[in-house]
Amino acid sequence: MPLLEIDNLTVSLFQDGTETPLVRDVSYSIEPGETLALVGESGSGKSVSSLAVMGLLSKALRVTSGTIKFDGRDLLSLSAEEMRKLRGRDISMVFQEPMTSLNPVRSIGAQIMESIEENLGLTRAQARARAIDLLKEVGVADAEQRIKQYPHHFSGGMRQRVMIAIALAADPKLIIADEPTTALDVTIQAQILDLMARICRDHGTALILITHNLGIVARYAQRVNVMYGGRIVESGAARAIYNAPRHPYTEGLLRSVPRLDQDRSIPLKPIQGSPADPFASISGCRFHPRCPYAAQVCRTEVPLFKDGLACHFPLSANTREAV
Amino acid sequence: MGALLRIEDLSVHFPVRKGLLQRQVAEVRAVESVTLSLNRGEAFGLVGESGCGKTTLARTVLRLVDPTSGAIWFDGKNVSALKGKALAPYRKQVAAIFQDPFSSLNPRMTAGQILSEVLHVHRYEGNIRDRVAELLSICGLAPRFADLYPHEMSGGQRQRVGIARALALDPELIVCDEAVSALDVSIQAQIINLLEELRVKFGLTYLFIGHDLSVVRHLCDRLAVMYLGRIMETGTSEELFGSPRHPYTKALIDAVPAPDPDGEGMREHVALAGEIPSPLNPPSGCVFHTRCPIAMDQCRTNVPPLTQLGGHHAAACFALENVRAPNPTKTSKGDLQ
Repeated sequence: MPLLEIDNLTVSLFQDGTETPLVRDVSYSIEPGETLALVGESGSGKSVSSLAVMGLLSKALRVTSGTIKFDGRDLLSLSAEEMRKLRGRDISMVFQEPMTSLNPVRSIGAQIMESIEENLGLTRAQARARAIDLLKEVGVADAEQRIKQYPHHFSGGMRQRVMIAIALAADPKLIIADEPTTALDVTIQAQILDLMARICRDHGTALILITHNLGIVARYAQRVNVMYGGRIVESGAARAIYNAPRHPYTEGLLRSVPRLDQDRSIPLKPIQGSPADPFASISGCRFHPRCPYAAQVCRTEVPLFKDGLACHFPLSANTREAV
Repeated sequence: MGALLRIEDLSVHFPVRKGLLQRQVAEVRAVESVTLSLNRGEAFGLVGESGCGKTTLARTVLRLVDPTSGAIWFDGKNVSALKGKALAPYRKQVAAIFQDPFSSLNPRMTAGQILSEVLHVHRYEGNIRDRVAELLSICGLAPRFADLYPHEMSGGQRQRVGIARALALDPELIVCDEAVSALDVSIQAQIINLLEELRVKFGLTYLFIGHDLSVVRHLCDRLAVMYLGRIMETGTSEELFGSPRHPYTKALIDAVPAPDPDGEGMREHVALAGEIPSPLNPPSGCVFHTRCPIAMDQCRTNVPPLTQLGGHHAAACFALENVRAPNPTKTSKGDLQ
C-alpha cells in the first residue's frame, strides 16, 4: 500500500476575487522508503503541491478538489490540531534556506528538543540526550557543545544538518525536502544529499525531493515526476525518463543542461519562450506555446494524464531522432 | 592575438575594524597573489565555492575594488592605479553582467531608459534611439521592450536587457558574474547560447565567474579554480576536466551529479569532508590542507607554488610529483597522460 496517495489534487490561489489554479489535477503516490523527485521550473507547482500535503498552505491558497491520503488517513479531512500532531511526527519538511527556517534567538538544542518533546513525550533530559545523538548522526562534531549555540554560529551547511536533525527527531515516515541544497556550495551539497540518502535508507524513510537540478535527481531518486504549469507532464522511473523521455518538455529540459559527462562542444538546445505564467490563460496543453511538436489539438484540448504521461503526441524513438 | 587582460600577482585584502577608534583588528585576504591572463576573444572561467575570492577578483578587474598589491594590465596599460576621470576610457572598454537582473536594473526605468542612460553618460555620438533598438534586437528582444519596466519582464528577458546594457558601448571585455545562475534551466540555456553567439559575433572577451562547473566548462576555453583566495589549478577546459591534477578540482568535479541515472549508479563518489574555512582565518600552508584527502606534513606549513604541467595546465599542489620543491618553470614529464 502506498504511504502517500494524492488523487486529482487542485490547489488554487484566491486573490482579488479571482481564482488561479497553481496545481492542476495532480495525482501521484509514494511507497514507504522510496525516494521520489519532483522536478520543474518556477511556477510549476512543485512546492505548492507539497505544502498542501503538509497542510501548510497560506490563507490565500486552498485545495479546491482532490484527496491526499497518508497511511490510509484522509489528510484533507483532519482538523488543524490533528494535522499539527501529524507534522513532525509522521511527515516532516526540510526547506531551502535554513537560516529563515530556524529561530535565530533560540539555541539549536532548544529547537531540536522542542520537536522531540512535542512528538515523543520524553523528559527534558531524555530529549537532550536524543538531540545530541541526532546531531551526531547528521555529522555535527562536538554535539554536546554545539547544542548550546545559536543558528548564527553555524555555517549554511551545518544549519541544513540541524534542519535535517529536526526533521528526523520523531523518526517520521516521510520527509519532504524542498530544494534542500540549492543555497549551498557544490561540495557541501554533495555532503548533505549523501547524508539524507543514507538516513532515509537506514530509517526506511520515504523522501520527496523537490529540485530543479536534473543531476541531483539522477543521483538520488528512483522515480521522478516532471511538472510543468501546475501539472505532472511525465512520471516514471528515473532511468526510463532520462534515457527515453516521452514528453517534449522533459526532452527539452534534458537538452538544456550542459553536462560534464559529455563533449563540451555539443550545443545546448534550449526550450523557446518562458515557463508558463500561472496567471496567463493558456488553452489546451499548457506547454503548447513552447513545444516544437505542437499541433492543432494541443492548442484546444488538455492532454489527459495516462500511463505516466500527459501528451497528445508522445515522443518515440523515431520522433526523438528526427529532431 | 596577445593578452587583453593580465592580472599580475594581485592581492586584495579587506581590513576588519572594531571599536570606537576603528582599529584594524584583522584582515580578510579575499584574493592572494593571483596571476592570470586572458587572450583577446576567449572566454575565461573562474570557478570556486563561496568565499573563494572569485567575485572580489571580478570586482577588482572592474575597478570597483582597489587592489592591495599587484597590477592589472589591460591592452598594455596598467589600469590598477588609475583613479577618477582617468578611468573613464577603461570603463567604456570593460562591461559587466550580474547574477540578478532584478536588482541590477533600476526598477523605475524602462529598458529603453536604462540603455539610453549608459549611452548618454559616455557621450555616445550616434543616434541613441536607433542604438537602443539595435541593442534590443541583438539580444533577442522585440522593439516594444524599450517601453517595459523590469517588473513587466520575465527573468530571462531582464537578463537580456542586462546583456544589452553591457554591450551598449562596444566593450572589449565583459565580466559575467554568475550571469546565468538565477535563471530557470530552460532559460539558462537560452542565455548561455546568446552569450556564446555574441562573443563570436563581436569578438568579445569574457571573464566568466560561476559556481556551476558544467556551465563554466561549456562556455569557457580556459579556466582557473580558486579556493580561499588562491588559484589551485588552471588550464584549458579539456585539461582541467579531462585530467584534473589538484585534489580540490577532482573533488569539485566529483561533487557535480550528472543527469544520467545509469552513470550515477555506476559511479562511486566520495563527498569532500569538512567545511570551507573562514577567509578571516585561512589555514596555514596550503589553504586546502584542512579538507585535503592526501595532505602531507609540508602542506600544513608551506604554500605550494603553481607548477606548470605542460600546455596551459598548472596546479598548486605538493603531491603533483611527490617532490619536495617542484621547479615552477620546468614542465614535468611523463605524468601528463
